Amino acid sequence: MSRVLVPQQPPAHRWISAERADDVAITQAIADQLFTGFGKRWWLALLATLPFVLWLLVAIVWLFYRGIGIWGINSTIVWGVAIANYVWWIGIGNAGTLISAMLLLTRQRWRASINRFAEAMTLFAVAIAGLMPIIHLGQPIYAYWLAPYPNTMALWPQWRSALVWDFWAIVSYLLFSILFWYVSLIPDLATMRDRAPWRGAQLVYGAFALGWRGSAREWSRLQTLHSTMAALGVPLVCSVHSIVGLDFAASLMPGWQESIFPPYFVVGAMYSGFAMVVVLAAGIRWGLGLQAIITPRHFDAMARILLMASIVMFYSYATEWFMGWYGGEHADRAFVRFEFAGTYAPLYWALLTCNCLVPQLLWWPFARRSLPVLILVAIAINIGMWLERILIVWNTLSHGYMPSLWHSFHFTFWDWSFLIAPLGFFAFLFLLFMRLIPSVSMFDMRELAHEEAAA
Amino acid sequence: MTSTLVAQFLDPETLQGALQRVKGTGHAALDAFTPYPIEGLAEQLGVARSRIRPAMLIGGLATAAFAFGLQWYSAVIDYPIDSGGRPLNSWQVFLLVPFEVGVFAAALAGVIAFLRSCRLPRLHDALFEIPGFERATQDRYVLVAASEADPNDLRTVLTEAGAVAVTELRLP
Repeated sequence: MSRVLVPQQPPAHRWISAERADDVAITQAIADQLFTGFGKRWWLALLATLPFVLWLLVAIVWLFYRGIGIWGINSTIVWGVAIANYVWWIGIGNAGTLISAMLLLTRQRWRASINRFAEAMTLFAVAIAGLMPIIHLGQPIYAYWLAPYPNTMALWPQWRSALVWDFWAIVSYLLFSILFWYVSLIPDLATMRDRAPWRGAQLVYGAFALGWRGSAREWSRLQTLHSTMAALGVPLVCSVHSIVGLDFAASLMPGWQESIFPPYFVVGAMYSGFAMVVVLAAGIRWGLGLQAIITPRHFDAMARILLMASIVMFYSYATEWFMGWYGGEHADRAFVRFEFAGTYAPLYWALLTCNCLVPQLLWWPFARRSLPVLILVAIAINIGMWLERILIVWNTLSHGYMPSLWHSFHFTFWDWSFLIAPLGFFAFLFLLFMRLIPSVSMFDMRELAHEEAAA
Repeated sequence: MTSTLVAQFLDPETLQGALQRVKGTGHAALDAFTPYPIEGLAEQLGVARSRIRPAMLIGGLATAAFAFGLQWYSAVIDYPIDSGGRPLNSWQVFLLVPFEVGVFAAALAGVIAFLRSCRLPRLHDALFEIPGFERATQDRYVLVAASEADPNDLRTVLTEAGAVAVTELRLP
């Protein structure tokens, strides 16, 4: 008999710490808040993000009206905050698919608690990332020229251009992520349909659940589809961020023509994305009261991944310095010197501290188990990774082959706008998601609970 | 005269036990509905293998081939640009777009194949009328079985196997 409950039994499960994590308890913990409401905290949070949404809209309208001259870019530093943001946001987006797909394929059962909102994070981050190259175009109204379509000008896109690669990579990745996310959402939408107390909610969830009944045939087909999509998703994620790396590596500037860029960008993406997942997981756990479902063990597992990624990042930086020196090219050596001692040296040292030094704290178990420490480390990593993205742009462009072109970048108000306002917009989207869709995959949790009970 | 019975169970082990008994007593086990995927259940029910993966392969490869052909046609035939004497058919960089688009198309083909093979979307089903069936997506394990002969015999089998509720399904 597996269902006998011994009173005062310590939590027997590894990944679920509820005393009796049966089907009902899991479903109630995740689904019922969506119908009873989150109360004041959620509304206050939403209200706090609204000014940022407005700010972003104003900034975009002003940019389209005045042109990209409102930024601190100049004829030397032609890429600025928009491109760094693009790389950073799409990096955040990568972790969702990696957590979901890679951990699914390697049968890491603990992903069940975090994969749903990690994938939602991907959707929003990739959408924001896709916005960045478009607003960066001098003539955003012509963005559609990137797509091939029959036109009277007989124009085709230039397929050898990194901008075109980006366009297809982002569009494919965004659409793929939506499908991947929706497919695993269907059974939970059916649960929502069957629990909804009002007719309206029943109709809406029911329409999106597509008539899911949970038959053995449906489950088996869904699993085939989901695991195959996961297997496709891992190379897709790696290729998308590799293409971002190629945007730089395909150029001729010192510091950019490196074959290490694609893998180094992919690791960096995973790194910043996992750090973001840690922050969001802590927020969701607190906001929705999911302490029983997102446990300290999950944070411990993510902290280990962060630690591993920080070591790989440090190795990548060291390879960059070594190759700069070993290649013997004067411009490359001067570039490495410029990184450490040039205009942006304080930022570069901050980057190294945030990305390589601070995460070493995670060697200690107490740091991996302590939420405040882990959140601080994760925020430091996100800041460090943004600094890395912006410095990849600035260092190279400020210090090219031609000394007469050496300039530095100065922030304008609108640069800050496009850095800060999207963060608020992201939070806004995420809050809406938490309110409408179960943030943790319920059927995965039920399966996990049964397996843990049987073990 | 076939009669179809819908039996509800409290846990997956009892459901699987009941499934074996139904088959052992010569009745037909038609389908099972569970709140989470149970390994091996589809095989026990004799669900046929799906053709989702071949559909994904074909959809992905066909779209990738189309994307490559489009690039080749536009860059070599319709709009050739001589940029520094580089070859017009620079196929290496033409591989990026087909890969990205192909993966997405494979996923889309998979979703369409999945919906077709499960006959979804289908917003109403006779089973939704069964009292308590809504718990099949939450915490109940439902078995649908049919009997050619005496439905009471099947009902007894299901009840003895541990069903908490047995309802007859009446198709319109």
